[in-house]
Amino acid sequence: MRSDATLAPSRAATLPRTLATRWRPVPWGRVVVHLILLACVAVIAFPLYYALVISTQTVEEVLARPPLLTPSGHALTNYGEAWRRSHMERLLWNSGVVAVISAVGKILISILSAFAIVYFDFRGKALVFWMILITLMLPVEVRIISTYEVIGNLGWLNTYWGLTVPLMASATATFLFRQFYQMVPNELAEAAQIDGAGPLRFLWSFLLPLSWTNIAALFVVLFIYGWNQYLWPLMITNTEAMRVVVIGLQDLIPRTGTHVPEWNVMMAAAIMALLPPVLVILLMQRWFVKGLLESDK
Amino acid sequence: MKRTVFRHRGLPYLLVLPQVAVTIVFFIWPAFESVRLSVYRTSPFGDKSYFVGLENFAKLLASPEYYHSIAVSFIFGFGVTGLAVGGGLFVAAFATQNIRGLTVYRTAVLWPYGIAAPVAGIIFLFMFHPSYGVLPYWLSFVTSYDFNWLLRGWVAMLLVIVATAWTLVGYNIAFFLAGLLAIPTSVLEAASVDGAGSIRRFASIVLPLLSPITFYLVVVNMIFAFFGAFGVIHAVTQGGPGRATEILVYKVYKDGFIGLNLGSSAAQSVILMIVVITLTALQFRFLERRVTY
Repeated sequence: MRSDATLAPSRAATLPRTLATRWRPVPWGRVVVHLILLACVAVIAFPLYYALVISTQTVEEVLARPPLLTPSGHALTNYGEAWRRSHMERLLWNSGVVAVISAVGKILISILSAFAIVYFDFRGKALVFWMILITLMLPVEVRIISTYEVIGNLGWLNTYWGLTVPLMASATATFLFRQFYQMVPNELAEAAQIDGAGPLRFLWSFLLPLSWTNIAALFVVLFIYGWNQYLWPLMITNTEAMRVVVIGLQDLIPRTGTHVPEWNVMMAAAIMALLPPVLVILLMQRWFVKGLLESDK
Repeated sequence: MKRTVFRHRGLPYLLVLPQVAVTIVFFIWPAFESVRLSVYRTSPFGDKSYFVGLENFAKLLASPEYYHSIAVSFIFGFGVTGLAVGGGLFVAAFATQNIRGLTVYRTAVLWPYGIAAPVAGIIFLFMFHPSYGVLPYWLSFVTSYDFNWLLRGWVAMLLVIVATAWTLVGYNIAFFLAGLLAIPTSVLEAASVDGAGSIRRFASIVLPLLSPITFYLVVVNMIFAFFGAFGVIHAVTQGGPGRATEILVYKVYKDGFIGLNLGSSAAQSVILMIVVITLTALQFRFLERRVTY
């Protein structure tokens, strides 16, 4: 039975489809595996389901015991309230700007430096390479105070410059493009040179068209990274106008005691904050998985 | 193989300039500055500072609070990594059964990766809510123990661990599935012809083949739990109750940004730098091995 279950597909492949389906016994082993996997999916999905349900209830329903696990009809009120109270349009806009600009900037400067490293011999190349590598070892968490001072000296507190530019150095993206360019056949550059194309022309008309899938994959991963930044925006912004959504959300948490426990409004706001990156993953999942698996360097 | 290169004197420098400028201004310079600050004592307003040598480090290493924070970080780090990598491996174990719809399952578990850990933390904050949350309610049927994270440090710790692991588990599953797809089906079939059961097959063939990926994921999850998890702590527990969830990066922020003890905060940064360099070096060792394959 056990070995049958694993051998079936390869044997079935050689048989006509109808025969294979008629002869195959019910594969109980596989049904069990599917059930277990479905259970895992359910466990992982439950917190989001619960948040969605709460975001549609009234405060009374939220506080009910036993807890109500089915949606109610007050979604519009709650989402409207959350939107109004947190100035959601501003929060989402800021997060979007940070995510898009930092991702595009990262990709842009990484392509340029990877191109230089692969297609040029220049003095100090090894030094440049190591400097880029070192950024991996210096996450913002270990240089909090002094980076804050740099931003202060530049006058970049509470600006989009401060929110995006320091995120743009990326060893990961540079190495990804470096590796990709190294795999591009040498003949391409030779042909370009024979045609009299200069390096920038070669980058623009030959390399870039080949890199689109890599760029898209990386963009999805970096967008999510940028959207979910926390410590950096927390430090360098202190005005409501420059808040990103992940941080602005917290003002709605009903801390114990003093607040009306409006968890329904809180959950509505949380759903709005998590929806854009989750949608990006779901809609662009092929690119996302590719980006995730390849950008681990 | 010799690559074709372009010849140009200034252009390559121009091309690497943006990357190098950002790296120097926002990474390398602040890192040096942190090291410098760590050997000074600065007044809270930053107007005076004295060179104190290694005093900041000595004070730190003599303070029980610092050791407490180290212990908390390790509990948090191992908790998150164990849950997220273990959960990933659990799903992967079933996915070896060469079944249909694996990519659908992958999508169905991958999306929490898009949720920022602090946002996940807020959702779990409500699920763990001592009076309204669904988890304490369910647990009250089993035990009369009071699962109140505001009063009990370990419940608070569990809360942030579960919330963080929730956002990471899909990432781990994606890596395990990629690793599983790389194992030739002929290997598994040969094993089942030899009469190896599915548990044997997993333990003696799949697991060893997945061990480099597992190692890599442990390191990456650890790095995230040590450094990336600042947000979830700040948004959910603020290090409390007491100091029960005060991980090292939160303490750096609290001492430096709120307590304005710049010297001590910088000294902590320098120690963390050593930790992250060690972890990253481990990560590279794995990648190097895989690259030479």
